[in-house]
Amino acid sequence: MKTIGYISQLMIPAFIIFAVLFGTFKKVRVYDSFVSGAKDGLLVIVKIFPYLLAVFIAVKAFTASGAFDIIKSVLSGSLNTLGIPAEVLSVAIIKPLSGSASTAIFTDIVKSAGPDSLASRISAVIIGSAETTFYVLAVYLGAVGIRKTKYLVPVCVIADIAGIIIAIIIVKLMS
Amino acid sequence: MNTIWLVLITVSIITAVFTGRLEDLTKAIFDGAKAAVEISLFLAGIVSLWLGITKIIEESGLIYKISHFFRPVITRLFKGIPENHPAVSSITLNILANFFGLGNAATPLGIKAMQDLQTLNKDKDNLTFEMMLFIVVNTASIQFVPFTVVGILSAFGSSNPSGIVFPTICATLISAVISVCILFVFRRLAK
Repeated sequence: MKTIGYISQLMIPAFIIFAVLFGTFKKVRVYDSFVSGAKDGLLVIVKIFPYLLAVFIAVKAFTASGAFDIIKSVLSGSLNTLGIPAEVLSVAIIKPLSGSASTAIFTDIVKSAGPDSLASRISAVIIGSAETTFYVLAVYLGAVGIRKTKYLVPVCVIADIAGIIIAIIIVKLMS
Repeated sequence: MNTIWLVLITVSIITAVFTGRLEDLTKAIFDGAKAAVEISLFLAGIVSLWLGITKIIEESGLIYKISHFFRPVITRLFKGIPENHPAVSSITLNILANFFGLGNAATPLGIKAMQDLQTLNKDKDNLTFEMMLFIVVNTASIQFVPFTVVGILSAFGSSNPSGIVFPTICATLISAVISVCILFVFRRLAK
């Protein structure tokens, strides 16, 4: 585990030094080249900002309104009969919306249910295998400013639900 | 996106009225606005950084070497991309960064990939199938080791914190394949 962690930490510095040295070797003026590439960064962010704003406001409002607790109490009964801990649902609903909120909820679950409990393991796999879909959508669609998204959003939502079900099944099978 | 935004906003406000959390809701909306600015500033830094680095590897020709290596895989999946297009390298770099869990590099490179794909787009207002495929592959989050999660588990004294790594890799790979299948099914249905 430590070795993999170390390799992962090494990736970015190694890539940067390789890029800079290779550039110099190929007679690229790396400093000027870096600056001319970096100058477009702010323009990109200006384009993305309104999309991010819209998504963040909606997500924060949703988590603060209590709507989330209502969904949870409605669904938790049926989950219990399937042998799935109800806490998992919080992570499953929040993960596509917000990365930091899902990490906070996960820490809570680990604290209250114990780090080796079924609830903790299922939540861990969901967090590791799912993505903050709406953030990715806002950023990537914002970057090109496209409004007509065809069937992309339904595909992402169905894929998220499928991913969560797969995570639950895999943990159940492997334990 | 329109429908989802509408539903999230209206459901939140109506529920807040019933649960008596209007004050929290108002605070949350302004918190959301603040968070969007903070994330944008953070993104501004890392996006500029990676655009700078990509410029260096473009001018030195390194980017063509990378894309040459991964071209067979990428062009097989993304059929609409010509062999020597810069989108091949930006998609490759984004997927590699995701794979190694380097979120700070993956997002900027993904933005670059979307812009490269947009140059191939004939109708600038509509998503191409390649763009959708790219986003779907990204939201499936193919990641090698989920460091945050393992870190939290071990901090709370789990007997085997890295025990979740293998199930996570299985789950992420299966769900990536299924997500791509769902996308292909939708494309068939949309025709």
